[in-house]
Amino acid sequence: MYAHWVITALLLWPLLACAVVLLLPSRLAKYVALAASLVEFAISVPLWWTFVPDGGMQFMADQPWIAAWGIHYTVGLDGISLFLVLLTTFLMPLSILGSWSYITRREGGFYALLLVLTTGMIGVFVSLDLFLFYVMWEVMLIPMYFIIGVWGGDNRLYAAIKFFIYTFVGSLLMLVAILVLYLHAGRATGVYSFGYAHLLGQVKDLGPAAWWLFGAFFLAFAIKVPLFPLHTWLPDAHVEAPTAGSVILAGILLKMGTYGFLRFALPFFPAVALSQTVQLVIVILSLIGIIYGGLVAMVQPDFKKLIAYSSVAHLGFVMLGIWALTLQSVQGALLIMINHGISTGALFFLVGMIYERRHSRLIEAYGGIARVVPLFAAILTIVSLSSIALPGTNGFVGEFLVLLGSFRTYPLATVLATTGVIVAAAYLLTALQRVIYNPLTNPENEKLTDLTPRELAVLVPLLVGVLWVGIYPKPFLQRMEPAARALIEQLRPAANAQPPVSGGGP
Amino acid sequence: MRLDPSLYHELVLALLPELVLTAWSLVLLLFVAWRHQTVRDLRIAGWLTLAALASTAAATWWLWWNRASVQGLVAMVAADDFRWVADWIFLAAAALTVLISFAYLERERLLAPEYYVLLVFGTLGMMVMAAGADLMVIFLGLELMSVAVYVLAGFDRRRARSAEAALKYFLMGAFASGFLLYGIALVYGATGTTNLGLIGTQASVLGRSSVMLHAGLALLIVGFGFKIAAVPFHMWAPDVYDGAPTPVTAFMATGVKAAAFAALFRVLNQAFGPVPVWHEIVWWLAVVTMVGGNLFALSQRSVKRMLAYSSVAHAGYLLVAVSAGGPAATSAFLVYAIAYTMMTLGAFAILQAKGRAGESDVTIDDMAGLAANHPWLAFALAVCMLSLLGFPGTAGFIGKWYILIAATSAGQNVLAAILVLTSVVSAGYYLPVIMAMYMKPEPNEAAHVDVRLDRWARTAVAAAVLGLLVFGIWPNPLFELAKSAGNSVQPSSATTAVSPP
Repeated sequence: MYAHWVITALLLWPLLACAVVLLLPSRLAKYVALAASLVEFAISVPLWWTFVPDGGMQFMADQPWIAAWGIHYTVGLDGISLFLVLLTTFLMPLSILGSWSYITRREGGFYALLLVLTTGMIGVFVSLDLFLFYVMWEVMLIPMYFIIGVWGGDNRLYAAIKFFIYTFVGSLLMLVAILVLYLHAGRATGVYSFGYAHLLGQVKDLGPAAWWLFGAFFLAFAIKVPLFPLHTWLPDAHVEAPTAGSVILAGILLKMGTYGFLRFALPFFPAVALSQTVQLVIVILSLIGIIYGGLVAMVQPDFKKLIAYSSVAHLGFVMLGIWALTLQSVQGALLIMINHGISTGALFFLVGMIYERRHSRLIEAYGGIARVVPLFAAILTIVSLSSIALPGTNGFVGEFLVLLGSFRTYPLATVLATTGVIVAAAYLLTALQRVIYNPLTNPENEKLTDLTPRELAVLVPLLVGVLWVGIYPKPFLQRMEPAARALIEQLRPAANAQPPVSGGGP
Repeated sequence: MRLDPSLYHELVLALLPELVLTAWSLVLLLFVAWRHQTVRDLRIAGWLTLAALASTAAATWWLWWNRASVQGLVAMVAADDFRWVADWIFLAAAALTVLISFAYLERERLLAPEYYVLLVFGTLGMMVMAAGADLMVIFLGLELMSVAVYVLAGFDRRRARSAEAALKYFLMGAFASGFLLYGIALVYGATGTTNLGLIGTQASVLGRSSVMLHAGLALLIVGFGFKIAAVPFHMWAPDVYDGAPTPVTAFMATGVKAAAFAALFRVLNQAFGPVPVWHEIVWWLAVVTMVGGNLFALSQRSVKRMLAYSSVAHAGYLLVAVSAGGPAATSAFLVYAIAYTMMTLGAFAILQAKGRAGESDVTIDDMAGLAANHPWLAFALAVCMLSLLGFPGTAGFIGKWYILIAATSAGQNVLAAILVLTSVVSAGYYLPVIMAMYMKPEPNEAAHVDVRLDRWARTAVAAAVLGLLVFGIWPNPLFELAKSAGNSVQPSSATTAVSPP
């Protein structure tokens, strides 16, 4: 019973709540939105227990939608998407709580958009019909565009349109590729359907067209990840977005790119994706992302921009882990996707909180505030360490698994990627020192107030996540393993046909 | 219901919608000759027009319901689903135009009820065009429509720009008619007939060798190219759209364009199936129109001119469907035309509310802060803009998607890719409108005080926006309608002229 309606409920409930938020007066918006997102989280929590790790695709629902074109409303979850859905429902109440005092204008619209965004994001992760997937992929674009453009910083218009156009370019070409796949499968079988399983069964004999189709999917997902050199929208969007927008962008939207690779681009076009050329390109671009992202983060005067560039580096690890295609590396990549949502989300919240007090995000504006705001300093330290991947925190488990798993496939690339961990320590620890230690020079900082109970309520769940995954990741890994294994087995024939670059990468 | 046009009363039945509308136009003419002074007369004329359009739609519906078809080889009019669906599009466009004209005519002091008579004549011309199974009938309809719209474009005769628009439109239109007529003459010279089905039969005998037939085809495409404002025949469109009264612009951008496309679809698919060279000509026309229309629109500051260029771009998308050819493309055209009519009329209706008396130019920056003062209006315009952009959840997306399917299943993947890439460019001019409304502060507090839609224009906008959203999420009824309509325009069925009972 629960299994049958849970995903549909997760998709419809935020829309319903959105309508209620719009109808009620604006001052009630945040209360309704918080309650709704907590209910949404409550609906999703039993997924954790009812999910059967070996069960493949679960919680399926299937209804005809546009019968004339074989479009169905098909949704389901497996070990890859389960955690992304849970991460989404987990971060939404926190984002709403984190915006409590940050958003002061047009509150009704803001919270309504956050709720629509929830539907769009969950929709992307659960869609098993490519038309539905495309619609959801675009649907989440509009709320984010408005969140950046209406409630963002000074340069918000530029950031919003850049974000929109980058995503739009990629997704439209993906749309054409989806259509070509659909017609190809339809001609081969006589059944015209956008169903994921149906299309997946018909991708073997695409021939050279597979290169173009992979290219279209690649562009859409690589922009979202973002892979160097398509990452330039990210610093703008992250910095200009309001806190909740940055948290969701980093925490969930970026994962859509890596999820797209895992769910669509790799299984559909294994021969192309695992050909030597593509492997080489992806590994090099991921490495550039890891190292370049870290180096650029090092010189940022703006704390928020620093975190934004660190995202580029983290997602580089994810891409490396996915393409290395060993059990450890894929599991590690999945785990980094979650960890990055928790740690980077927490960092953005912390920057937002200090920004609300001082209206500055510049690192040099602070210094020595550990004595003034000890609680803030302590949490910032823990979260930064988790982002650096200190053992005992969540970051360590993910990055260690990726490096361990990738070493078998790409030894040289993995060695180079390891330097990225050192770079991360260099930029985050330096920033940490300059913000909370060093002498307190600016008198304005003496009047800072420490975290309020509401802010603690936002941060503590994230801290729990940091330590839980860091100390006892087994429940996570256990639920991911069969899905990761299945993916690797599905792709291995293609990987074996074209052995990985000898000597290990570039 | 099979109609034999050689029998007088059955011919009347086949032409029933046109005859109903003609009768109403005569009633309207009498009425305006009798009363044409006050605002109240104008309103009554408007209501009479709505009644005329509604009863014509009912007559069309009756024929559709009875599956009317025309017997015999040389019928001059077609009676098929394509015609009925196209008729509904024209009638709906005209009805929405009437609704947004009420307040506009009063505000601009254009107290001449002849406006509505011309609107009815224009609609009649469109219906004749969609019905024509003979080049002469199509030409007749085209002229009837064009002459009415020439006058409508210059209806605000006190304003120089309106007069300029009318003159420009007339001169260009006359040229286009010349091209078209010359094309018809050459096709007649090559095949000895102007009947579409017979041209098809003759052309398959003549094959690719007939130079005269090809020259005629080329001239026909040029003539239609002018009417649909395809690049490079679009030069008149921005000035005319800009100068004409806004409701007339809306009518031109939707009804006139849809009618020209309907005729083009019928001519190319029914008569020129055996001469496939037009696929290639239209392919290039589509590419330059999409690229040109979108790039020109990017640099516009005036919303009306932007929408004018955007309608050029949309003509390009429709040309993709033309180039693909076949039943699926014809259905795609109808679905797109329905969506396009709603979104364009909605956008022009709101634009008309923003323009003050005297039709000051509304720039994109003038929209700044509209959302704070008029949330519903801003929302409606945002939906129209997103639909024009082809965003999922709106009917504009469904239409574009249908065209993409038609193009890719005809093997034209490159054309499909160009379509989506130029759509991305269009984000560069549709989104600034949304950005201005929602993300920029209003220039001063009084910026939007006199923006208001009267009750009827509001009804029109609400209907359009609701239609866009509903069909964006649940397009199934549209498809069923469009599918049978698309199947009815085929070369083979044209020679027998009988659709299955």
